[in-house]
Amino acid sequence: MSDPIRETEAETKARRGRNIALALGLILFVILIFVVTIVRLGGSVTNATTP
Amino acid sequence: MAMATAPTTDKSEQAAAPARWQDFVQLLKPRVMSLVVFTALTGLICADHAVHPVLAAVAILCIAVGAGASASLNMWYDADIDAKMRRTRSRPVPAGRVQGADALALGVVLSIFSVMLMGMALNWLAAGLLAFTILFYAVVYTMWLKRWTAQNIVIGGLAGALPPVIGWAAATGTTPLNAWLLCAIIFMWTPPHFWALSLYTREDYAKAGVPMMPVVAGAASTRRQIMIYSLLFTPLCLAPAFTGLGGPIYLAVAAGGGLVFLVLAARLARSHAGDDLGQRNDDGLYDVRVGAKDARNMFAFSILYLSLLFATLLGEHLMGVRPLALLGALQR
Repeated sequence: MSDPIRETEAETKARRGRNIALALGLILFVILIFVVTIVRLGGSVTNATTP
Repeated sequence: MAMATAPTTDKSEQAAAPARWQDFVQLLKPRVMSLVVFTALTGLICADHAVHPVLAAVAILCIAVGAGASASLNMWYDADIDAKMRRTRSRPVPAGRVQGADALALGVVLSIFSVMLMGMALNWLAAGLLAFTILFYAVVYTMWLKRWTAQNIVIGGLAGALPPVIGWAAATGTTPLNAWLLCAIIFMWTPPHFWALSLYTREDYAKAGVPMMPVVAGAASTRRQIMIYSLLFTPLCLAPAFTGLGGPIYLAVAAGGGLVFLVLAARLARSHAGDDLGQRNDDGLYDVRVGAKDARNMFAFSILYLSLLFATLLGEHLMGVRPLALLGALQR
């Protein structure tokens, strides 16, 4: 296995690609959970009144 | 047949190329995933039940991710088999681009996420069915049936047949007869489809020690069994027109396509496909020896026929075509 400190240019590029894909996946997942929550709660969100 | 040796991860220690994100996408078998999405969407739409479009999209996404998760688990466990077969040896794990442990982790994480999201966003019946499907494919089929019995793809076919039921359950919270009818159609389609493929990739399966029907029972027996399953499968495809699921277009497609399916199965039964165990010239899935062309035609048409059946059902329900319900008409 190659030295993780001195990685090749190809390894750096592949790692950056994986990190960006993982970050995008996480962001999309957070957005998805937010949208599903709003849809599931429906009118309870928009019609909510403060006590 | 005894289980083959457990998969190892050290092969990936010799990885020549670093893992790219595309390799992880490949672990999810996107082409298989697209067929799963298509059949699940058909189940969801055929349920004829109002679902919020966002929740419907989430249901399909969960089913797609669940299918991808089970594919990743399959690629982790089957790396030793995949490395011996032309069709699969370039997959990320046997090729050494992704470590087996990473494929396992991806499969487990995506399984948990897809099932939990399905349960929380739609309902727990759909989530339970999705969990069952993933476990059935990864554990019952991949770890047990595939290496043990020639009936592997017959029983294991249930995992591929369940997505329309999951889609239906996601929409309605129930699984009526028509949902299981869609499941039965895919279930009965699986043996002719996979056995046709295995007839002309027989030497690969033999080399990998996978007890596919042509390897265990011989090509002639497999061709006969394809004919028997085709005789059972094609009438079953007409059933939706009797149960209030399919309309007149569906009946025409199912009947016309079914006839072609039977003709191709009969041609295959009379052929010598799979008899010779020579080497092919290349890795192409459709480029086969002259004697195996009938098997290739059967394989290709089986995909087209199933796609047409589900596309027609989907189209009819989206366009509001009135189902025939011939069973009710007969009872009257």
